[in-house]
Amino acid sequence: MWQVRMESNSPVHRADARVKVTLTLAFILFLNMAPHQAWPIYILFLTVLLSMILLARMSIWRVIRRTLLVTPFILAAFPLIFSGPVPHLSISIFGSDVIKYSPEGLGRFISIAVKAWLSTSAAIMLTLTTSFPDILTALAYYGVPKLFIAILGLMWRYLFIINDEVLRMMRARDSRSAVTPCTQQVGGSLFWRARVTGSMVGSLLLRSLERSVRLYAAMLSRGYNGELFTLEANALSHTERRILSLGVLLLGVLWGMSLFIGD
Amino acid sequence: MNPIIEIRGLSYTYPDGKQALHEINLTIKTGEKVALVGANGAGKSTLLLSLNGVLQGEGAVFINGIEVKRENLRYIRAMVGIVFQNPDDQLFSPTVFEDVAYGPMYQGFSKVMVQERVKQALQAVRMEDYVNRNPHHLSHGEKKRIAIATVLSMQSQILALDEPTSELDPRARRELIALLLELPQTMIVATHDLDLARQLTTRTVLLSQGRIIADDITTNILNNEILLTDHELN
Repeated sequence: MWQVRMESNSPVHRADARVKVTLTLAFILFLNMAPHQAWPIYILFLTVLLSMILLARMSIWRVIRRTLLVTPFILAAFPLIFSGPVPHLSISIFGSDVIKYSPEGLGRFISIAVKAWLSTSAAIMLTLTTSFPDILTALAYYGVPKLFIAILGLMWRYLFIINDEVLRMMRARDSRSAVTPCTQQVGGSLFWRARVTGSMVGSLLLRSLERSVRLYAAMLSRGYNGELFTLEANALSHTERRILSLGVLLLGVLWGMSLFIGD
Repeated sequence: MNPIIEIRGLSYTYPDGKQALHEINLTIKTGEKVALVGANGAGKSTLLLSLNGVLQGEGAVFINGIEVKRENLRYIRAMVGIVFQNPDDQLFSPTVFEDVAYGPMYQGFSKVMVQERVKQALQAVRMEDYVNRNPHHLSHGEKKRIAIATVLSMQSQILALDEPTSELDPRARRELIALLLELPQTMIVATHDLDLARQLTTRTVLLSQGRIIADDITTNILNNEILLTDHELN
C-alpha cells in the first residue's frame, strides 16, 4: 500500500501517535479560536510549526508544496474583502475604474487564509511523520467509535486500489486515443469526451460497489459480526505525558495571549 | 520482408527502482505471430506497454520505421492495438457500440464510417448481436472478445495481447484461440499459457528477469524441457 509517511528516525517520527494527534488537534483548535488579525500570535504558531518541521528533519518546501491543496478553499473567504464591515475604501485600477473594499474584511480574509494554511500544514506534518494505522490506533484510544475507524481504515486501503484501477483504465484509454492521417479533426468534441469520462467514472463506481460486496462476503466468512477488535494500546509513559501537557499548555498560552492582541 | 517492430537496446526501470527490462533487442516482421513467454514478473507486460509508448524507457522502439517517442505517440497508437489483460480496464462505456466506437470516434471519422468500423470489428469477433449490450454484464470471455474488437475497429496493423486466455473457461479459451488464428494482423502475445503459444504462434521469445533468454521457432522452445524448467515455465 502507498504510504504518505516519510521515513526518518527523527524524534518527531519516533514520538507516540497519541501525543502527535493530540498536539495537532490542540494546535488547530487554539489557532482557530484566536481572534482575527492577531498577527504576532500567528507568527508564534508558525514558529512552533517550523520548529517541528526542523525537528522532524523534513524539507520545508516539501511540506509547503503539499499545503497547496488548501488554496481553493481559501478562495471561499475572498468575498469578505468586498463585503466586510464598513468603512469601505476606494482604490482605482486601470485609471478611471474604481473598486470599493473593506480594510476590515481584507484583514479577516488574510487571517482566515493564514489560519487555514497553518492548520493544513499541521495536519500534513502529522501524516508525514505518523503511519496511518498509528493514527487510527490513536483515534481508537481516544474513544472514536470503532466502526468509524474501521471505515477510515478500509477507505485508506481501497483508495489506493481504486487509484491503480483508474491508472490502468486511463492507460487503456490513452492506448486507443490515436490519430490517423485520413482525418482532419481528432479527439472528438468536448461533449463527447466529457461523456466518455462520465462513463469511466460510472464504470468505476459499479466496480467499487461490486468489490465492496465481495469484500463484505470475505469479512463475513472470516467471522465478522459487526464488531471490530483492535489491540489494546500501552499506557503513555511519564515523558510522553509531560511532553503532551507542556505542548498543550504552550499552545493554550499562545491562545490566551492572542485574546489581548487580536480584534 | 520489412520489420514492422524493431526494438533496439530497450531497458526500462519502474519508479520504485525495479528494472523490468534489460537491453532488449527484437525484430518482428509484418504478419508474424510471436509469443512472449516468461514467468510472472519476467517483463512481458512492460515490453508490450513499451510498444505504444505507454511506458518509455532507454533505447529505441520503431513501429513501421517510426520511432516511439512523445511527438509520434498518437500515430503509433493507431498502428499498435493493445488488448489489456483485464478487459474491465478497457471497457468503460455503457454500451458495446460506444466502447468499440471510441477509437474511430477519437480519430475523427464520420458517423457512417464509425458505424461501419464497429460493425466490421464486431463481426470479426462474432459479437455483432451484442452491439447494444452493457459490457459490464457480459461474461469474461465475451468481454475479451469486445476488448479485441475495440482495437480492431481502429484497424491497427499490430495486435499486442496481454495474457489473452487468463481467467477463461476451456470453451471460451478454445473459441478465443480460434478467433485469433483467423485474424491476419501481426500479433505479439504475452502469455504463460504454453498451449496457446503452441497453437497460435510460429515464433516464441522467452523472457526471464527482463532479458531475452531464447528466441526461436515455437516448437523448438516448447520442446526444450530443461529451458522451460530453468525459467519457471514448467
